[in-house]
Amino acid sequence: MRVLAIDDSRTIRDLVELTLAREGFDAALADDGEHGLEVLGDMSPRPDAILTDINMPRLDGLGFIRKVRDMPDYDGIPILVLTTESARELRHKAREAGATGWIVKPFDPARLVGALRTVTGLQ
Amino acid sequence: MSDPMEAIKQSFFEECTELLEELEQGLLALQDGSADEETIGAVFRSVHSIKGGAGAFALDGLSRFAHEFETVLDLVRGGRLTLDANSILVLLRAADMLADIATSSAEGTEMDAPVEAAIRAELTDLATSGAAPGHAAPEPAIDFAPIASDLTAFDGEVPAGQPAAPPTGPTQSDVWTIHFEPLPGLLASGNEPLYLFRALAVLGEVGVVCDPTGLPALAAIEMGELMIRWMVTLRPSAGDLTRSEIENVFDFADGLCHLTVSPRRLPGVDVAPEPVAGTVPAATPAPIATPPARRVNASEHRARPQSSSVRVDLQRIDNLVNLVGEIVIAQAMLSQIASEPDRRQELTASLDMLTQLTLEVQDTVMSIRALPIKPLFQRMSRIAREAAQMTGKDVRLVIDGEGTQIDKTVIELLADPLTHMVRNAIDHGLEDAETRVAAGKPRQGIVRLSAAQRSDRVLVEISDDGAGIGRDRVLAKARAQGLVDQNATLAPHEIDRLLFLPGFSTSEEVSELSGRGVGMDVVNSAIQNLSGTISIQSEPGKGTTLVVSLPLTLAILDGMVLRVGEDRYVMPLAAIVETMMLEGADIQHLASGGALVRTHGRYVPLHDLGDLLGRPAPARPAADRTIILVDPGDDANFALIIDDVEAQRQVVVKGLANTMKRVPGISAATILGNGRVALILDSTGLQSLSRVTNRTGSERLAS
Repeated sequence: MRVLAIDDSRTIRDLVELTLAREGFDAALADDGEHGLEVLGDMSPRPDAILTDINMPRLDGLGFIRKVRDMPDYDGIPILVLTTESARELRHKAREAGATGWIVKPFDPARLVGALRTVTGLQ
Repeated sequence: MSDPMEAIKQSFFEECTELLEELEQGLLALQDGSADEETIGAVFRSVHSIKGGAGAFALDGLSRFAHEFETVLDLVRGGRLTLDANSILVLLRAADMLADIATSSAEGTEMDAPVEAAIRAELTDLATSGAAPGHAAPEPAIDFAPIASDLTAFDGEVPAGQPAAPPTGPTQSDVWTIHFEPLPGLLASGNEPLYLFRALAVLGEVGVVCDPTGLPALAAIEMGELMIRWMVTLRPSAGDLTRSEIENVFDFADGLCHLTVSPRRLPGVDVAPEPVAGTVPAATPAPIATPPARRVNASEHRARPQSSSVRVDLQRIDNLVNLVGEIVIAQAMLSQIASEPDRRQELTASLDMLTQLTLEVQDTVMSIRALPIKPLFQRMSRIAREAAQMTGKDVRLVIDGEGTQIDKTVIELLADPLTHMVRNAIDHGLEDAETRVAAGKPRQGIVRLSAAQRSDRVLVEISDDGAGIGRDRVLAKARAQGLVDQNATLAPHEIDRLLFLPGFSTSEEVSELSGRGVGMDVVNSAIQNLSGTISIQSEPGKGTTLVVSLPLTLAILDGMVLRVGEDRYVMPLAAIVETMMLEGADIQHLASGGALVRTHGRYVPLHDLGDLLGRPAPARPAADRTIILVDPGDDANFALIIDDVEAQRQVVVKGLANTMKRVPGISAATILGNGRVALILDSTGLQSLSRVTNRTGSERLAS
């Protein structure tokens, strides 16, 4: 499984990569929304799922999701939002922007992997 | 923890340091009005990221404090809280506290609980003042407990391992029935019934039945829209599954579907929908109850974990790669030439080229270790803040030349002495507000930190516009301590230098801030450890300036190899003014036993190096001996008698083992080309040594 993970915190990127690597998943990393779009563009074929933080410089998570949802090439791609914020408001915004699901940081590795398997249907 | 996790944890603490620096910078910008929206966003994000990482490693204290802090910053960035001078000070204090907590988390030490609680209370006050009426108060932060909140794709608020609701008796239904009818737009929002049903499947046993009765005729079917309905039955695996939990699964489809969730009741039992327990607090963490055994004063920088990695400009690495490539070529050429006779000239030319390349590699490698001094100076701004607060003085720290590049190790070792000097300047240098005003000075005292590169040295200056050194007191004290002869007259700069003598202190009160007295001797030895020199200039009523001269790198030194008897010493070239022959020198012997030599129209003290170091050389005729004139960095030159100057060369500096007792005048050691060990001399140390008593003679090192 190939996943694109976007977070401005190096620590979180490392943790996600470690978690995914243990499952044999491939992780591509980016550190903000703009970078995420670049990396996404380079991924061929497209990733099976995208994991993104919300609070990031340059282009934040919501902005990133909106852009991706506008791109027919990535139609239907599952996007999970990963963030510490538990505010309901923000979850609604994320959903409106087009997110598929929501995972709260700090994440339980098993849950993250489970969620990815669920939304992609892959093992 | 397995190794990779430990590595990531260490990396997190490094990241914290960077984030904390950004945080402080942003807050300072807010303070002096140069901040913009981006600054506020960055400030928020830095605390947010610290919180996230802290949670991931279950660093509860850090995560909890960061959460409070983040709440306030969120209000600021949302425009719901405006900042004034006072609230910014609170934020700065909070940033300092966050840094302290991060440090103690990294080191596993206890935090000062009352202080932390006090600052946290200040934050909460700010937060409540910011939650304007009409806005929902920020999500009940409860005791933000960093539980790895679990979620599959849709589940919203139910953290793993936590009961969804306080169990209030057997929940009631055996099976739930869910009618799910997508509305237009559901698919486009990225929701897929399949995911939803899978998420339900996490909650229990699921049976899905498709209800196609709503399907319109083929022609009327909208491409890309879901027009099927489903009925799902769910037999929960947990006995206390609530309606909310089920509804949460469809959270993301909210408004994009018709959803009916009904429990099929067992006869006679009533169902009361339970609110999701957002309010079940995690076990209240035991308050950090050990009485503040050690007040963690982070600005003491106790054993701050030195990070062993450094960020490097890619350009420098590329340069290096190129150079190494060229060296390999040059070396190959050399081997070739060496194997053929009669190519002497080419050999020399190739050797020259190799030497040149090697020098360039050296420079590049050194530059990789070089970092801007800015973060260190910024740390000083916190030190200055704290010192100002403690002494009740109005102080401003001005920084200059913070882009100056210095070897990483030098920066790290400079931190402590610099801290001392800044504290001293504020504590002892600057007068209090009333005194200043009475003297016609501005109320606010200025401490200025600057750094600049001068050829192969870096000069760091710390100056204050305070009262200057009280020379009368210093001289009196020195006489009282027997450091100076009762009758000796000292020039002003010589009096200033007395401050560097070990144990010297003129401070009447022991100030809580800088401990006993000035501690300049400690600063001095720290600077010497860096192969640096320190000089002091002071003008009564105007202020004091300390100038620290540091080498660009610690590893390599330009020096002169000196011989005394069978011993070899290396004197840093920077300290040598000139050499001259002993024979024919104009020497005056003093009644006290000392000697002076005349040079450039002045008399300077003359000492025998061997005697000074306690290793007198066998007597030799004057004709065979040499004098070197030494400038330790201030105006007080002195001269040393040695046997011979053997060479001038670069040496690799090797530190002396910690197990070795420090000898004044010796800073390090090196290995010469012939394999012999030579001790590296420290001119300032020698100068102090020579002054402690004014006798020449070999009992100098008796202690």
